[in-house]
Amino acid sequence: MSNGKVTNILIVGVGGQGTILASRILSYLALEDGHDVKVSEIHGMAQRGGSVVTQVRMGEKVYSPLISEGQADVILAFERLEALRWIHFLKKEGTIIINDQAIDPVPVIMGVQEYPDGIVERIKEKVPDTIAVNAMQIATDCGNAKASNVVLMGVLARKMGFDKEKCIRALEAKVPAKFLELNKNAFEKGWSVDL
Amino acid sequence: MKELLTGNEAIARGAYEFGVRVAAAYPGTPSTEILENLVSYPGVYAQWSPNEKVALEVGAGAAIGGARTLVTMKHVGVNVAADPLFTLSYTGVNAGLVLVSADDPGMHSSQNEQDNRNYARFAKIPVLEPSNSQEAKDMVGLGLEISEQFDTPVMLRTTTRVNHSQSFVEIGERSGDDVKPYVKDPRKYVMVPAHARGRHVVVEERRAKLAEYAESCPASRIEWGDRKIGIIASGIIYEYIKEVVPGASVLKLGMTFPLPEKLIREFAAQVDELYVIEELEPFLEDQVRLMGIEVRGKQLFSRIGEVNQRMIAEKILSVTGHRDLVNESILAAGVPEEKEIQVPVRPPVMCPGCPHRGVFYTLSQLKMTVTGDIGCYTLGALPPLEAMDTCICMGASVGAALGMEKAHPEMHGKVVAVIGDSTFMHSGITGLLDVAYNKGATTTVILDNSTTAMTGHQDHPATGRTLSKEVTNQVDLVGLVKALGINRVQVVDAFDLENLKKILSEEAAADEPSVIIVRRPCALLVKEKTVPYTIDENCINCKKCMKLGCPALSARGDAVVVNTALCTGCGLCSQLCPSGALKKEGAGNE
Repeated sequence: MSNGKVTNILIVGVGGQGTILASRILSYLALEDGHDVKVSEIHGMAQRGGSVVTQVRMGEKVYSPLISEGQADVILAFERLEALRWIHFLKKEGTIIINDQAIDPVPVIMGVQEYPDGIVERIKEKVPDTIAVNAMQIATDCGNAKASNVVLMGVLARKMGFDKEKCIRALEAKVPAKFLELNKNAFEKGWSVDL
Repeated sequence: MKELLTGNEAIARGAYEFGVRVAAAYPGTPSTEILENLVSYPGVYAQWSPNEKVALEVGAGAAIGGARTLVTMKHVGVNVAADPLFTLSYTGVNAGLVLVSADDPGMHSSQNEQDNRNYARFAKIPVLEPSNSQEAKDMVGLGLEISEQFDTPVMLRTTTRVNHSQSFVEIGERSGDDVKPYVKDPRKYVMVPAHARGRHVVVEERRAKLAEYAESCPASRIEWGDRKIGIIASGIIYEYIKEVVPGASVLKLGMTFPLPEKLIREFAAQVDELYVIEELEPFLEDQVRLMGIEVRGKQLFSRIGEVNQRMIAEKILSVTGHRDLVNESILAAGVPEEKEIQVPVRPPVMCPGCPHRGVFYTLSQLKMTVTGDIGCYTLGALPPLEAMDTCICMGASVGAALGMEKAHPEMHGKVVAVIGDSTFMHSGITGLLDVAYNKGATTTVILDNSTTAMTGHQDHPATGRTLSKEVTNQVDLVGLVKALGINRVQVVDAFDLENLKKILSEEAAADEPSVIIVRRPCALLVKEKTVPYTIDENCINCKKCMKLGCPALSARGDAVVVNTALCTGCGLCSQLCPSGALKKEGAGNE
């Protein structure tokens, strides 16, 4: 994280994917490093399988809790289509981490619209620093598909240059004890993904 | 010690620290989490009321009784609570009372975007607007002080971005929670005309005193920067300005009614260009103009939706002579938006296993005119179900059905009101009373999923549990409906499509009013593991099951596919399947 600057992280996904944990861990890390942090998430209708967005901003002094279009340093997308939907929030030289998973929205389920093909390739054309990960597969290998969010967190933490030990402490603080081993393992697998 | 708290968590913390003893609310986004947090603090009694009007009346009693009080609601809730609010302004309080009005510019989860600062001016009470979580906490304390000092209820007006954003809050100790003695004073608290005339004089005097106080209110201040640009702002807009026009002079208003006229004149006189930036109504702008001060405001910024950083930069750059003060990097182009291919929208949907789905499917099959209401079931208006004709406000479904029937007697048998259990408790009961009293013949369907689902599963009088999860007296819905004068009452299972269709047809055709209570708990509350359905080779791809709009079913090429990870096994799809292709997983062919 550069000094005096605010780092903007946009986390996008589908209601129920566990995007909130990622923002909790990020804010814990920011706090540990003595940074100011603001987090914004919209509740309500979004909980019912809609598109969800969490915004995390950290730095020496943060005023607005919201990230403007074209201002995100990193987008962490829990789903391919959501990555495409929010791509214009990314800075030109920004990084996008995409969970290579598709969750059909209603128009696709109903057969009135097609789920677009080749999303990751399209994004790679626009954004050189695109990292696509099959987090669901990695999490399933660790023993529980639901730990996908922590796999992605591992990828993000290494990419952003966070201290690994601090990340583990964040997990210990934010994850229920009975899932801790699973999540540590999932984080480790995410951390070792090729960037 | 500092903690990262949402605005709502901070308001709850503030209520605890500043000695609130009694709190009441009805859930409503974005305000709900305030009481959900507050209930866990020691020494605070917090409750869900059946609606916002009752919540404020409970609050009025508590404050007049001498206990510091917090009442919370979403913006439209204040419409419901407006009746007690306007007269509570006359009676005043004894101990402090803060009313949180959580407004929703941009309508993230609301049916309109009214600006409730207008209520403060209308009811002649002060209003405070926090910009972040620390201020949200502090302003609960300041609000209680002002309330006691000036003997008035105080509005704490938030917006979604403040309620649902987290920022650091300094944590303190609880103090000031002594309950004052209650002293009988009918001239102050019994608002008959003779007393109220006297109280109105007090209210006007109070308004003048509050205006004087506003000049030195600690929540408002001038932050002098470059005097070429001066901006007047409150709430979340202040935070945006500090990033977009970091060098400008800012008049930050924490209290936005009454306004500090001297402070505003002092500020306006010393800046070259004066702007008022605010979301929704020109609430500050109109008052500033009434002072005879020329200012740029709604000529640049819309009354519709939220304001954001980009918008502020663009609008100021469009008129200013001092471009150097605007942080233009906020307008830097990022990665271009995807425009070549259409990105399918992802609207909210009824969950797999939702007990509302079958009802709306049946209503759509029967081609009923459906007056709807507020809750998850409003999603029944969306494709593919599209079985709702109106949705206005909490409880409106029942009265609207009666009105429709009175306007069009020939529509008898085709008009149905649909309302959830919590919404029926909130304000459906009086509507149904009207149907019985005025001899309507409409059918009211109460979707009883045993919770207030949309706002995140809160209890209400018909669930038999309180905010603190204690077991309590439970409303008997059947008995209640009968007591209102409805003789035809049926209770049906939400998952039995055939019976739903039969009962709905029969009751709608009846010549007297009827109520159908459709029961099944919210799918998100069902904890037992259920066996999902699978689809076999008997599928003839007729896609009848797809008319349910279930997220667990998708149409892929020549066949329908069940997502067994999502399927809850409710079985609606198998009831529609003409070829018997949908079976419970593990059930063999016969």
